[in-house]
Amino acid sequence: MDAINQPLLDVNDLSVGFHHAGGMSLAVDRISFRIERGRCVALVGESGSGKSVSALSVLKLLPYPTAVHPSGSIRFKGRELLGMSEKEIRSIRGNDISIIFQEPMTSLNPLHTIEQQIGEILLLHSGVRGAMARSRTLELLTQVGIPEPETRLASYPHQLSGGQRQRVMIAMALANEPDLLIADEPTTALDVTVQAQILTLLSDIQRRLGMSLLFITHDLGIVRRIADEVCVMNSGKIVEHGPVERVFTSPQHPYTKALLAAEPKPDPAPPQPHAPVVISTDDLKIWFPIKRGLLRRTIGHIKAVDGVKLTVRKGETLGVVGESGSGKTTLGLALLRLISSQGPIVFLGKDIQGLRFQEMRPFRRDMQIVFQDPYGALSPRMSVSDIIAEGLGVHQPSLTESQREDRVIKALRDVGLDPETRFRYPHEFSGGQRQRISIARAVVLEPDFVVLDEPTSALDMLFQAQMVDLLRELQRKHDLTYIFISHDLRVVASLASHLIVMRHGKVVEEGPASELFKNPKSDYTRALFAAAFRLETAASGAVAQ
Amino acid sequence: MSEIIVKPPPETTSVTPLGEAVPPISHGFRASPLNQRRWKNFKSNGRGYWSFWIFAILFFVSLFAELIANDKPFLVKFDGKLYWPAVISYSETTFGGDFETAADYRDPFLQKLVAEKGGTMYWPLIRYSYSTHNLDLPTPAPSKPTWLLTEEQCKPVVEKKGLKSCRDLEYNWLGTDDQGRDVVARLIYGFRISVLFGLALTLISSIIGIAAGGVQGYFGGWIDLGFQRFIEVWTAIPSLYLLLILSSVLVPGFFVLLGILLLFSWVSLVGLVRAEFLRGRNFEYITAARALGVSSKVIMFRHLLPNAMVATMTFLPFIVSSSVMTLTALDFLGFGLPPGSPSLGELLSQGKSNVQAPWLGFAGFFSVAIMLSLLIFIGEAVRDAFDPRKTFR
Repeated sequence: MDAINQPLLDVNDLSVGFHHAGGMSLAVDRISFRIERGRCVALVGESGSGKSVSALSVLKLLPYPTAVHPSGSIRFKGRELLGMSEKEIRSIRGNDISIIFQEPMTSLNPLHTIEQQIGEILLLHSGVRGAMARSRTLELLTQVGIPEPETRLASYPHQLSGGQRQRVMIAMALANEPDLLIADEPTTALDVTVQAQILTLLSDIQRRLGMSLLFITHDLGIVRRIADEVCVMNSGKIVEHGPVERVFTSPQHPYTKALLAAEPKPDPAPPQPHAPVVISTDDLKIWFPIKRGLLRRTIGHIKAVDGVKLTVRKGETLGVVGESGSGKTTLGLALLRLISSQGPIVFLGKDIQGLRFQEMRPFRRDMQIVFQDPYGALSPRMSVSDIIAEGLGVHQPSLTESQREDRVIKALRDVGLDPETRFRYPHEFSGGQRQRISIARAVVLEPDFVVLDEPTSALDMLFQAQMVDLLRELQRKHDLTYIFISHDLRVVASLASHLIVMRHGKVVEEGPASELFKNPKSDYTRALFAAAFRLETAASGAVAQ
Repeated sequence: MSEIIVKPPPETTSVTPLGEAVPPISHGFRASPLNQRRWKNFKSNGRGYWSFWIFAILFFVSLFAELIANDKPFLVKFDGKLYWPAVISYSETTFGGDFETAADYRDPFLQKLVAEKGGTMYWPLIRYSYSTHNLDLPTPAPSKPTWLLTEEQCKPVVEKKGLKSCRDLEYNWLGTDDQGRDVVARLIYGFRISVLFGLALTLISSIIGIAAGGVQGYFGGWIDLGFQRFIEVWTAIPSLYLLLILSSVLVPGFFVLLGILLLFSWVSLVGLVRAEFLRGRNFEYITAARALGVSSKVIMFRHLLPNAMVATMTFLPFIVSSSVMTLTALDFLGFGLPPGSPSLGELLSQGKSNVQAPWLGFAGFFSVAIMLSLLIFIGEAVRDAFDPRKTFR
């Protein structure tokens, strides 16, 4: 009788440490939590908080012996997992406890068909093969909502979309009807509309099969949507845990409060219908030719951006939203003439389309860009001061050494960094700080117009809100004009005065942001907003599967 | 001070559990942490590290070959004045001789003249240069190492010089070649010229290779396509035969050979650098630099070249060793450096034609083998040092 009353998974006082050159560092510090049968527990925290490490140690998937457990126990159905031999734990992995990972691109073997991959799991743990395995595979694929499962059996992973791949991963995890499913950020790599579908699927299956779910995420919206209980992790410790309702309505720990308050405040720059136009395009096209055959004849085009017309006025922020592959980033690069395009681009009254490198240079001072990846956007071999001053050397070569330094210091203050740090190298800074350096590099030239290409997407929740505040402050101070490209609608909503929604290179809908958020006209926009703000799936047909 | 230092945002204080986020600032010159790590990795490859020092010391010492093996003393004290014959050429009349020609310090007549005036000659360790013919050979050339000679073989020379035994002769430690020249002296000079040749060839061909690869990788498109096809055709030419033909047409010399070998060696780095530039030009910080209006030349030098240098550095020791090998091969075949130059290849070919004198072959073989092994070991250590995934306990 005892077996029924005890929790399915009971993690007690668990610590995880990693050996490295200088000794051992603790990634997880004495955490305890338990998962009852049929419940969903979410581990939430920022990157580096130890949530993934905690989950991986349940299945002993950490790189032992580099990783060690200085203390703790993990009991699954009353059996201790930590002391188990590799052979015993293998019989539990994929059988009693399954796991799905973040990256559906790399979690599937590209050389095997879907049938082979699912069949292998069935063979390994239940010894099923042949026609029986095939019918079970079909059943699983139907269960995870893959359309036309019969034709998909012979498909290779690259023939499926990201969402479908994640569905296959879930099918594989479900193959042996596990008691516990660990989902390690399963939707982070997916578009918002697909994310909503996968979440719906997961909670559906969990309820139907009476399975328990350990859900790891950094997104509080997802936690609220799917979990029964939540453990908030920070710096390797669980700082707060309890039922989702309680934690969200009355958080106790200051960190949880900060996390919940980290939502960017919506305070967009007001539309300026009479201000001068900074940049405008008419029927802008970026077509990549598809060439085939011996003579490389052009047989068609990939239309990355197809006939986009936009106008941005001084002091405004134009938000460009859309899913991955919709052409948002390509549009941003083309506006700055960093990739070639067709159609007029009028910047401050001059058509800059077709200007040569030398002719373009005077304009570069007034148009800048900030990229998504704070790790890739800074040259690792230059000091922060050199990185920021690089543009000054090009555009204001007459500046003396000390004038240049003054400008660098001023730019660093503008973005809220200590100017004393300017002699350091990028790797010494955190992601949020690096993004500030990228912004400093852009604003040091005192531009009129900045393209922000997903500047907050790579940052943790807490820093996203700070970044939004910083961008807004800079805009007010220097009267900047922004184009803000993002797939994160919450961030866009807090900054954009105008909005364009892109899909497949075309503008689906445009208008003043306040109006558009209230009354989306097209089905696609409605589906996008539903998925992003409420994590709901739309009526089928409006979005990709 | 009215200056207000803006407080760093709260994220600076968040220390991840996996180590400190921001190490303290260092003032003054220090190698970057990355280079420190590389140096540590290089050192932990013991074989390569020791090879590096042995090679460096050998090369450094061989640069002063004139002071180690020479037929001129490096210092002569004569008549209260100091003379530096190893560096400056003096005529015989300086020391009271009869001829205006350069003094031959090995000549017993001159030695006597100096000694009579109470002068002293300070000789290098080995009293032969690479071109000195030992005129007092006990046996016909090629002659055995002196320490292998029997008293009977030595007798005529010993008597002629008025000495007591073989042991008092000027030693040819590794014997002489077929023209009576000291093998040790020729090895020292030959090593120097081989290494200098290898380094010069590597340096120039890397400069050309990096430039060509960089231009191709950065600009891509038709430039890349054209260059790549040209290189394919160029590398399809059987280079050794062409080298043989060219060196039999042109008068061979150090720089002529360098030029001829350069024709083919520059391609070795092109592919590598091209690939690095192709990869690098899509980095966001390159796009950021373009958005700042930085010119292509500056982007290539400041941002892309440092990335390509890592891959290049890894290859350099191997290119040096292959350059040395090519020179030795040409010398061996007789198409290399002009006759009379000290060269390891020529020593090997003498060893081949004088099988009765095994010291020639052995000396040539071991010096080439040791030199190339040292270079390869260094190359392995450099490769380890630049490998970002390599970990040492």
